[in-house]
Amino acid sequence: MNDIAYFKDQFEQLQEADPKGTIAGLRQSGFDSFSKAGVPTFHDEDWKYTNVSSLFDKEYPIAGLSGVTLADVDAVRLPGSELANELVFVNGRFVAGLSNIRSGISDLIVLPLEVAATGAYKDLVAAQLDHSSNYLSDGIHALNTSFICGGVFIHVLKGKEPKHPVYFYHILDTRQHPSLAQPRSLVLVDESSRLQLTETYATLGPSDSFNNQVMEIVVKENAFVEYYKIQNDTANASQVNTTHIRQIGRSYVHTVTLTLNGAIVRNNMNLVLDANGNETHLYGLYLLKGKSHADNHTLIDNLKPNCFSNQLYKGIADDASTAVFNGRIMVQPDAQKTNAYQSNKNILLSDNATINTKPQLEIFADDVKCSHGCTVGQLDEEALFYLRARGIPKESAEVLLLEAFAADIVEQIKPEVLRSYVAKLIYEHLAIQ
Amino acid sequence: MKEKSGTLEQAVLNEYKYGFVTDIDTDVIAKGLSEDTIRLISNKKNEPEWMLDWRLKAYNHWLKLVEPKWPNVKYPPINYQDIIYYAAPKPKKQLNSLDEADPELLATFDKLGISLNEQRRLTGVAVDVVMDSVSIATSFKKQLSEIGVIFCSISEAIQEHPELVKKYLGSVVPMTDNYFAALNSAVFTDGSFCFIPKGVRCPMELSTYFRINTENAGQFERTLIIAEEESYVSYLEGCTAPLRDENQLHAAVVELVAHTKAEIKYSTVQNWYPGDKNGLGGIYNFVTKRGMCKGDHSKISWTQVETGSAITWKYPSVILKGDHSIGEFYSVAFTNNYQQADTGTKMIHLGKNTRSRIVSKGISAGHSQNSYRGLVRAGKQATNARNYSQCDSLLLGDKCGAHTFPYIEVKNKTAIVEHEATTSKIGEDQLFYCRQRGIDAETAVALIVNGFAKEVMNQLPMEFAVEAQKLLAVSMEGSVG
Amino acid sequence: MLSVKNIHANIDGREILKGINLDIKPGEVHAIMGPNGSGKSTLASVLAGRDEYEVTEGNVSFLGKDLLGLSTEDRAREGLFLAFQYPVEIPGVSTTNFIKAAVNEKRKYLGQEPLDAVSFLKMMKEKMALVEIDQRLLSRSINEGFSGGEKKRNEVFQMAMLEPKLAIMDETDSGLDIDALRIVAKGINKLRNPDRAVLLITHYQRLLDYIQPDYVHVLYNGRIVKSGTKELALELEEKGYDFITDEVDLTADQ
Repeated sequence: MNDIAYFKDQFEQLQEADPKGTIAGLRQSGFDSFSKAGVPTFHDEDWKYTNVSSLFDKEYPIAGLSGVTLADVDAVRLPGSELANELVFVNGRFVAGLSNIRSGISDLIVLPLEVAATGAYKDLVAAQLDHSSNYLSDGIHALNTSFICGGVFIHVLKGKEPKHPVYFYHILDTRQHPSLAQPRSLVLVDESSRLQLTETYATLGPSDSFNNQVMEIVVKENAFVEYYKIQNDTANASQVNTTHIRQIGRSYVHTVTLTLNGAIVRNNMNLVLDANGNETHLYGLYLLKGKSHADNHTLIDNLKPNCFSNQLYKGIADDASTAVFNGRIMVQPDAQKTNAYQSNKNILLSDNATINTKPQLEIFADDVKCSHGCTVGQLDEEALFYLRARGIPKESAEVLLLEAFAADIVEQIKPEVLRSYVAKLIYEHLAIQ
Repeated sequence: MKEKSGTLEQAVLNEYKYGFVTDIDTDVIAKGLSEDTIRLISNKKNEPEWMLDWRLKAYNHWLKLVEPKWPNVKYPPINYQDIIYYAAPKPKKQLNSLDEADPELLATFDKLGISLNEQRRLTGVAVDVVMDSVSIATSFKKQLSEIGVIFCSISEAIQEHPELVKKYLGSVVPMTDNYFAALNSAVFTDGSFCFIPKGVRCPMELSTYFRINTENAGQFERTLIIAEEESYVSYLEGCTAPLRDENQLHAAVVELVAHTKAEIKYSTVQNWYPGDKNGLGGIYNFVTKRGMCKGDHSKISWTQVETGSAITWKYPSVILKGDHSIGEFYSVAFTNNYQQADTGTKMIHLGKNTRSRIVSKGISAGHSQNSYRGLVRAGKQATNARNYSQCDSLLLGDKCGAHTFPYIEVKNKTAIVEHEATTSKIGEDQLFYCRQRGIDAETAVALIVNGFAKEVMNQLPMEFAVEAQKLLAVSMEGSVG
Repeated sequence: MLSVKNIHANIDGREILKGINLDIKPGEVHAIMGPNGSGKSTLASVLAGRDEYEVTEGNVSFLGKDLLGLSTEDRAREGLFLAFQYPVEIPGVSTTNFIKAAVNEKRKYLGQEPLDAVSFLKMMKEKMALVEIDQRLLSRSINEGFSGGEKKRNEVFQMAMLEPKLAIMDETDSGLDIDALRIVAKGINKLRNPDRAVLLITHYQRLLDYIQPDYVHVLYNGRIVKSGTKELALELEEKGYDFITDEVDLTADQ
């Protein structure tokens, strides 16, 4: 049995230290939900294929000071960092001393979430923070909400296109004991502004880490958001990673989620299309080896008419890995003229690997065009033979074909520095047998 | 737009034609369910001890289960004590042939368009008729028995062929399988039994017609079809019920077993009373249908046309155990008014080189909700398993919903699974084109719907295709050329 | 047979037809020509009764009836046929069954018995020969995967089957190569008779080499700006539309 009772003490400790205001209220309702819902099991339709009980069979200490140094951060930095706004999180809490904010405050404002919740952004935070709980009612999401502390608030100002992209480095320090990080952030992309945001993850030390993250992004009229998630952490690193994006004005969102390594990785990518004429593109790539388990859940909720969405998730499962894709498209009664496309393509390379895929269409409006398709198959034998007939050894030929399979998604990473970095990561990842 | 969606709605409104009640002397037991009820049913049917034990075991298991909540359907809780578990037209005496059946009864079936006499004489379809809880009559029995085909009610099979029933009953759908299967195992009152011996190609379609007549009665039939090596059978099933304000429960279990190189083709035209325009009344159709491709090179094919029932909850499935076995599922589900359908299939690939194909066409109108739910699983040993699924939804009007929930689980690297789904509506330009040719909107919708469903309709045996098309309110398509 | 009086029509609040007058008698062939965007296809759509167009002024009488008061399907049953510029694809519905439905709906409207399968097939065979259409085309889903020429030939075949009083051919020549055009035109010519009028809508004079019109009208900016005989078409071919449109624009400017 999982022992999750100790969370109560930690929760009460946190509430005592900061008992008032919006965030304390949210934490309370989050904890109430967590107490009621508990840890999801395979009986929960949304967790049918992902067993998280192993993440709760140990006691994590409350996030506290850690010995993470600048040298540790240096090892994590992404290419292009010298021009980026770098936000460093240690065990789920924002550490200003390790971070670099390069944009001016007339372009981009970064505040501790607690500060935003009490100052000028008070009403906005109250209205937008935890909107995701309308869509995710499971205990894990509630657990993050129960422990909101040390998060950030980012505001890209109206009409601004900050030159410096935003990088999030999530460092989980397990050198002393297992680490549970529960970062929380709220991002406001204001009218006619532009944001490019990339997140990456690193676990230090030999113990297990569990990053239970929630990021909520609110996108206003005429704004443009690019969001990249790069998951290439160690084999003892797990995540439940929620990105909840609300497009409340006609806007454009483009996301790419890349999963190469990890123990259990669950991504919830929610898009709430709450304005006429939104456009959204979701891409994902998972290349799994060893015992990695990656579960991508996407949800597109079409609330208003004339929205367009396109999803393409591709993946490879090798060794004893498991890949799960669950893509849900909802078209509400008002969302006439919705165009929604979804495609999921998988390659299974080993008989010990598993692929579970479940596209879902739920349509309540009549004037819509929706389609989804998914395939599970193998590398093209013909192509493989052709390459070998030209003298390319089997292993290299396979890597070549797998790279080609992945290329559709890699191409969707718009910044050149990141794209070539990811291409290299993938090549190395595939080439190691 | 408003006016046009009104035309669309008009175009899909059809009165239920089979809503009459037959005034016939019926043997009915008291409402409610207990071990005593089961003993009473078993006793009435003069069953052997082993059958009663089996029922009681199922009942005790059922008591431990909770009703499933995962289907995408909503209904008030069912009071299982408020249902009559046994209702049978009183036989005046033992029937030797159809000619001795109650004329009122025969008139009923004439009204339903399945005149037993006619069918027997002209079309050569062997029919078993089940009214409420028991089988009324089976035609063509003698001719069939000459070639070794057993086609009778399951009650009769329990008496006459206990070794076959013991061997196969519950072998595909165990009594513990699910809530409604357990309930059915405990209280099933009748149903059909077919046994096709080795090497026999059944020369005629076998058909069962189910009819719920008595108020508050639940219908729990049980069908078991066994096709021995290298045999073939095509089996048809039809169903109707009177108009009533209360909901009635239909919880059937169908089990198919196909041995080496055998083929079973199972077709259903389901037209239980769907409730009225406001969603009042109608049948809850909670059915477990499953086939086992037990032997190598065996084949099971399900074809269904679902137009009736207030709620439909069923997934005719195939377990592809034999190597090179084939499973097929062709479905048209039409929902209107306040109907809800959650239907689809499961293709479980266990053997090598197994193939399956799924074609599902959902049509939603009115305030109805229509869901496709399917599972394709390729197990570790299912080398070279292949599946292709196509699920299309057509929406008529803006108050209905169409949903698709395919589950795909693959554990073998040589398996190839493909799934495609689309959702669309009837285009205004299509309607205008038809109207310019003098075809009114109503007929145009019928034409288009029928065209949409054609791939599935083509799978139906001739006799059934006509009935199914009428059900979809389409009379032109297919009548020429 | 057809009398169009001062028709004005809008789509999405934009006025496309600005007062059209046209009289067509039985047996006549009229051609309406005009540059792109002049309102040619709108006129066809308004006559056939497409819902998107709103008639704001004027009236149309067809065989003595108020055409605008009839539903789309009743106009068709009265004998008005529109050959579509872009025939619509209807997956799953075979051409044969589609036409059978149309023929019988019309018969029902006129108080006639529906055709039985035998007489219908006989009629099909006759008309197929008349317009040179392949039987295989008719067993396929209507217009689905048809080439441009096949679609247009199918429209002419339907016209033959439905035996309209007035046939409106909306840019039937568009997208056809010369051979296909010849076949289509031949079909239309065979269907000409003293009781049947034809309204050809076209951008190019080329079609009129094959189908001789009795009258030619030039539609420009929502109005018929010039009418004449087939010589007018030849003049247009030679000088282009500019010679008329410039003249009209000049008049408008003054």
